[in-house]
Amino acid sequence: MTEIPATPEKAIIVLGCPEAPAQQALAFHVAYNLKKRGTNVLIAGNPSVLNLLKVSDPEKHYITDTMVLEKCIAEVVEKKKDCDLCVVFAHNDAAIAYAATMRHLLPERRLVVIVFGKDPGPLADEINFPCEKIVDKAVHNPMQLKAKINEVFGWAVSRT
Amino acid sequence: MGCIENLKYEMILPLGASFKECREYAEKNFKEVWYVDPGYKLFDEYIIGLPPIALGIEDGKKIIFPYTKPCHGTYLLRIEDLDEVERVRKTARKKK
Repeated sequence: MTEIPATPEKAIIVLGCPEAPAQQALAFHVAYNLKKRGTNVLIAGNPSVLNLLKVSDPEKHYITDTMVLEKCIAEVVEKKKDCDLCVVFAHNDAAIAYAATMRHLLPERRLVVIVFGKDPGPLADEINFPCEKIVDKAVHNPMQLKAKINEVFGWAVSRT
Repeated sequence: MGCIENLKYEMILPLGASFKECREYAEKNFKEVWYVDPGYKLFDEYIIGLPPIALGIEDGKKIIFPYTKPCHGTYLLRIEDLDEVERVRKTARKKK
């Protein structure tokens, strides 16, 4: 297996359907923490989820690059795009399918799947491929899941 | 649905089906079943899913396949296209 750098040079964050508000806050949190450590972050999602981010961060303090999910998948398949770290937010079955796809396309990269929502346990049980799982019941309040994300990535816990 | 949305498709399993349900339906209901991996190109789009992804072939000319969208889950669709059927038969793995 290729050695995975402690601070990734390039990361792809894959977002699911934006119906759970916690996703947006945590996407900003992950993107911001990676960016401030020097990682180039690409956020992929459907047009709605990307527009939510762009409207919320007009001066791009937290996000830099964004790409429609289908195009991102196509570029990874065609080997035009690569990363050291892929983070997938999953609160439905479709997002697990996207995570499995990224695992297959990027077999040697670090893959972290953040499983959340009202009942994340059964969804997390669907994951039968190698990855790091962060699982927590989060729909509106991101704080508990944020703490778990910080722990997995080794980021100092913010009290703000 | 991108390019596939513009094709003449039939929805076999509708909105809200899980990926697993789509695979099981294809395996149980079609005599000719082929397997591909995520990223396989079908109708000019890359297929998403947990490998192996099951494709059914019906009447020798129709492909049954899962199509995943982030907000809706996975649909199981049927599209008639003889050229794609032949390409699947040449490039996919047949169910034993």
